Amino acid sequence: MIPASFAYARPTSVDEALQAIAAGGEDVKIMAGGQSLIPVMRLRLAAPETVVDLTRVTELRGVREDGDSLVIGAMTTHSDILRDPLIAQYGKLIAEATETVADPAVRHRGTFGGALAHADPAGDLPAVALALDAEFVIAGPGGARRSVPASAFFVDYLTTALEEGELLVEVRVPKLGEGWGVRYEKFNRVAQAWSIVAVAAAVRREGSTIAEARIGLTNMGSTPLRATATEQALVGADVSLETVTAAAAQAAEGTEPSSDLNAQADYRQHLARVLTGRAVRAAAGL
Amino acid sequence: MTQISVRVDGASYADDVEPRTLLVHYLREQLGKVGTVVGCDTSNCGACTVHLDGESVKSCTVLAVQADGSEVTTIEGIAEGGELHPMQRAFHEKHGLQCGYCTPGMIMASIDLLKNNPNPSEAEIREGIEGNLCRCTGYVNIVRAVQQAAGEMSSTAGAQA
Amino acid sequence: MTLTEDPTTTADGPAKEVGNARLRKEDARLITGKTTWTDNMVLPGMLHMAFLRSPVAHATISHLDVSAAKDRPNVVAVYTGQDFKDEQGTIPCAWPVTPDMVNPGHPSIAVDTVNHVGEAVAIVVARTRTAAVDAVEAIDVDYENLPVVLDMEEAVKDGADLVHASTSSNTSYHFVFDAGEAGTGSDTDAAFRDAEVTVSRRFVQQRLIPAFMEPRSAVVGVQGDNYTLWSATQIPHILRVMGALTTGIPEHKLRVVAPDVGGGFGGKLQVCPEEILALLVARRLGKPVKWTETRSESLMTAHHGRDQIQYIDVAAKKDGTVTGLRVRLLADMGAYLRLITPGVPALGAFMFPGIYKFPAYRFECDGVFTNKVPTDAYRGAGRPEATFAIERIMDELAVELDMDPMELRRKNWISAEEFPFTTVAGLEYDSGDYEQATQAALELLGYDELRAEQKRRRESGDPVQLGIGISTFTEMCGLAPSRVLGSLSFGAGGWEQASIRMLPTGKVEVVTGSTPHGQGHETAWSQIVADELGVPFEDVEVLHGDTAISSRGLDTYGSRSLVVGGTAVVKAAEKVVAKARKIAAHLLEASEDDLEFSGGKFSVKGTPGAGLGIQEIALAIFAAHDYPEGIEPSIDAEAAFDPVNFSFPHGTHLCAMEVDTETGFVTIRKYASVDDIGTIVNPIIVEGQMHGGLAQGIAQALYEEAIYDADGNLTTGTFVDYLLPSAADLPTFHTGNTVHAATSNPLGAKGVGEAGCIASTPAVVNAALDAVRHLGVTDIRMPLTPERVWRAIHQGGDGGDRAAEGSNAYGGARTTESGIEEAAQ
Ligand SMILES: Cc1cc2nc3c(=O)[nH]c(=O)nc-3n(C[C@H](O)[C@H](O)[C@H](O)COP(=O)(O)OP(=O)(O)OC[C@H]3O[C@@H](n4cnc5c(N)ncnc54)[C@H](O)[C@@H]3O)c2cc1C
Ligand code: FES
Ligand code: FES
Repeated sequence: MIPASFAYARPTSVDEALQAIAAGGEDVKIMAGGQSLIPVMRLRLAAPETVVDLTRVTELRGVREDGDSLVIGAMTTHSDILRDPLIAQYGKLIAEATETVADPAVRHRGTFGGALAHADPAGDLPAVALALDAEFVIAGPGGARRSVPASAFFVDYLTTALEEGELLVEVRVPKLGEGWGVRYEKFNRVAQAWSIVAVAAAVRREGSTIAEARIGLTNMGSTPLRATATEQALVGADVSLETVTAAAAQAAEGTEPSSDLNAQADYRQHLARVLTGRAVRAAAGL
Repeated sequence: MTQISVRVDGASYADDVEPRTLLVHYLREQLGKVGTVVGCDTSNCGACTVHLDGESVKSCTVLAVQADGSEVTTIEGIAEGGELHPMQRAFHEKHGLQCGYCTPGMIMASIDLLKNNPNPSEAEIREGIEGNLCRCTGYVNIVRAVQQAAGEMSSTAGAQA
Repeated sequence: MTLTEDPTTTADGPAKEVGNARLRKEDARLITGKTTWTDNMVLPGMLHMAFLRSPVAHATISHLDVSAAKDRPNVVAVYTGQDFKDEQGTIPCAWPVTPDMVNPGHPSIAVDTVNHVGEAVAIVVARTRTAAVDAVEAIDVDYENLPVVLDMEEAVKDGADLVHASTSSNTSYHFVFDAGEAGTGSDTDAAFRDAEVTVSRRFVQQRLIPAFMEPRSAVVGVQGDNYTLWSATQIPHILRVMGALTTGIPEHKLRVVAPDVGGGFGGKLQVCPEEILALLVARRLGKPVKWTETRSESLMTAHHGRDQIQYIDVAAKKDGTVTGLRVRLLADMGAYLRLITPGVPALGAFMFPGIYKFPAYRFECDGVFTNKVPTDAYRGAGRPEATFAIERIMDELAVELDMDPMELRRKNWISAEEFPFTTVAGLEYDSGDYEQATQAALELLGYDELRAEQKRRRESGDPVQLGIGISTFTEMCGLAPSRVLGSLSFGAGGWEQASIRMLPTGKVEVVTGSTPHGQGHETAWSQIVADELGVPFEDVEVLHGDTAISSRGLDTYGSRSLVVGGTAVVKAAEKVVAKARKIAAHLLEASEDDLEFSGGKFSVKGTPGAGLGIQEIALAIFAAHDYPEGIEPSIDAEAAFDPVNFSFPHGTHLCAMEVDTETGFVTIRKYASVDDIGTIVNPIIVEGQMHGGLAQGIAQALYEEAIYDADGNLTTGTFVDYLLPSAADLPTFHTGNTVHAATSNPLGAKGVGEAGCIASTPAVVNAALDAVRHLGVTDIRMPLTPERVWRAIHQGGDGGDRAAEGSNAYGGARTTESGIEEAAQ
């Protein structure tokens, strides 16, 4: 199908983009890679009055270091991420998850920021961002910036802390270097599909004990979730199959996943436990 | 209407398009590049795959206005000087097509795959074309075709180096 | 791998084309994008059609106002069912399987009630597709809902809500085949009464969507009172006849062209409502029109396939000898009867006994109306359903008897010496050797090693279990002897037509009535003609798919093209040679009897070297300066072929499957099959057909299912939720052949188009069950979603119903309002 008619703006800087958004009328949609937005517009599930296309805002694209953090521009494409040397060194969890997103052609256009701003509970990157306690840098009308932690960014199904007139600029995540093991464990029925459930795990070992554990769950509710009980059970524990299995058994605590044709809620909870066990074992090098 | 200028398969075009015009519709309906086809409305099938500035994209999921100033290569532009592209030849020689509807997109995706990974394993080939659906072939011969083209293209690349 | 010696390489004589792995002629345009898909077509002044479709499954249209849409810019006309109710007739159903079958009629556009989601309610005709689509949104329509009928087992109960108020029940027909009554077998009731063992099962054949990659498209050109319909169809010839009868356009004023067609699989074996409406709109406006569907429109409104509930009972002795088979089907027709909707399950009726020597057999089928899109042919049409049921229940019987499933099959199958064999269903199987194919398949799979690994995994309690599934199958192909079709009340014959035109330069045009859509007819027919006429492969051009060029034909389906259409080509070539022989005799001044024809050349016996080529004769007869008196100056010829019997390809398919018992995820470890499809004209094409069929059969077992929610909305309305496997989801297939020529046609070909699709589904399901049977699993419903497999392992049962909600990608897009609507949150 063909999208409904809209006005189109193609700014080249963040300031221009904010102005275009402000001037765009009632129903403005920001377009990043368009890989979620264009299909939704083709199906006429969305019919914005104005589309503000960020593809020419070069300042939003790329990955840089800032002390202990990686700073990822919102318009960094999935394939940029997969080629980026800083990501390869400090952002392996992001890379692992990004590799599972869609297919190569979609990854050439789709962006890190777009995937997070879209906040699809089945999307792979929100759970990673949450597990990493990412900080979302948001620019508002007039250019003012604010920073929102991942725990506050994902508000509900397809809904984030982004307010009208705002724009996601970049995302800061801690560098995970020495000592960290990671795994993104994705479960879907065919290769190209979204996650039925997925688990993002990052584990830092100190000798034979687990010093830190970060676990994010994909598609286990209307927003990405942390498997807090499992994380707590792991920290300070021995690296052993038994402790990991026992901890993983708590992965679905507090989740309220949806039921759809791929999985009903109880099965999703079961998957969360199994996949958490697998992800943590792999991340801990078991 | 927005003015765009775009190079497609080596020729330059300047046109007025509605911003909502999808690149694939622009190619087919305004430029007559009907070799590129549409198979779905959810960006799943890959039948519409072309190269935009050298990278594979699903041309149903790019707006024509976004191609302004860019270079687009379609299935109609990869044979050079009357010589089939090695990937086209391989699809023919390995019987990598039946009805041929998925073929333009499949070939464009496969060329992109080899650009990034000149010697892919079978599993890498299968994953590399996961965004392109074929209902006829069961993919076995498509995989063989990509393997043949990879062999040929890397040996000619080696010879040139 | 081919086991029997290749029959096509003869010791002496010129190298044969048949049997040669010729690369396909049709590829040249397809790999370069120089194709002629229907949607590529642009005619001067062409208008575009878009449909408003029903968002509700069953309702009366209480209010319909199109005036705002008419006022939209670039809109030329807007029509509703009221505008066409007197001229649209009904979509034809060519197969009244019983004399008292109830057919409520099938309007192309709804007039006052809608009976399934997606039914056309209004048509916008506009200068551009965009304008047409935009204006659809301006149509004002209200519906008054009626009760929705979805579940077949509920629908056939007394007092059930009705799909059609004009009928007294939801049952369209009750079709019975009883071998005892037909005289082809003994009494089934007695067989079950006396049985030492019986096994009964209820299997579900889920609803599938053919999902050809090229969406349907139709373009109508108008020249005065002549119309040309270009359509992405498998059946231009049938469409012409039926289109003429339905619209009242005289047949000789309607030309139908199927240009390049991007797959069909039975899904384009249809007289589509949209094709009829395109003709009606073009006639009304006197202007060319085009309609091309979107994928979501296609999934929602093009006919679906399968959808049966099968109750099957088998009777046997304790030693495993089968003594009786009883099948009862509920077959979902959907809301209407389309071209062969009722015939699909009836076609399967004769295949349930499979390759086994059942003495007694009874088949009953109810065709049931529901508020869903109609079902009709999908690759295999009736035969996959039958093969699935018999191959699944043979495994169940083996379990019941504690026998090896292959041993049980071996004990009961027809042995090689018994061919030709008349089955309990009355069919005469032509040729084959099930043991030989089975041995070859076991080797190809590496059966013994995999069984050993299965044992190891079982003993160690590995969370990933391994299973091996078997399907030893046959199918009936080469549709069809016209008399048999007549006896089954089918509305047409099963012959095929071909003609050969010898051009002055020696080039050859072959006109075939079989219309390809990916099968490679142009290549295979060229090979046949090259052999028959002794002309170079390159000198042959195959013409098809245009009723103005190929005026007679019955098109491509039911693995019939080579068997029936290819034979017609052989017959036409024989006539060409016979005609040329007279001229050769005249020019060589020899008697006809003294001439031999070999390698394209007539020569006088005993004087090799001298002679006259058939291509030279073509020129000579074009000039026509010197030819015998009393014959026409032409060596062109035409032939029609009506087969005397079906052909019966068979094969053994083996699937090794890994099941992750923790998640329920299944992975095909290895797939091997050995098929006997008779003579192989082109091994590359044959292998390709096998691969594609396997992918579709496996996809039925593992991935595909059309799901309707409780309101009758199709929740698998896009490729996000209707899952087709990608390259990354399928294994490499290991295929081989044995060759036992068919006896019903001179080529010896049996048909290959459907074999893979028919055989593979039960092999895959049997494999999964074999992996987890020791955990107490007795059945898993298709498709084997991980959730179902997990539930069957851990909660018992067959995995149960899936939730009907679409996944939440794109906000849970699903087909409701004019295509797609967001899921309620
Ligand atoms: C076939 C297919 C398969 C896919 N499979 C997966 C998968 O397996 N896993 C997965 O995670 N994803 C998947 N995706 C989605 C893909 O990752 C998209 O790229 C991503 O969801 C959206 O990124 P985008 O840059 O294209 O965003 P867009 O589509 O451009 O935008 C998405 C939304 O975010 C908003 N937005 C974008 N950028 C900003 C910004 N800077 N500030 C504020 N708002 C913004 C937009 O307004 C829009 O609402 C798939 C997509 C397709 C087509
Ligand atoms: S048409 Fe572009 S992905 Fe299907
Ligand atoms: S060749 Fe027909 S869809 Fe791929």
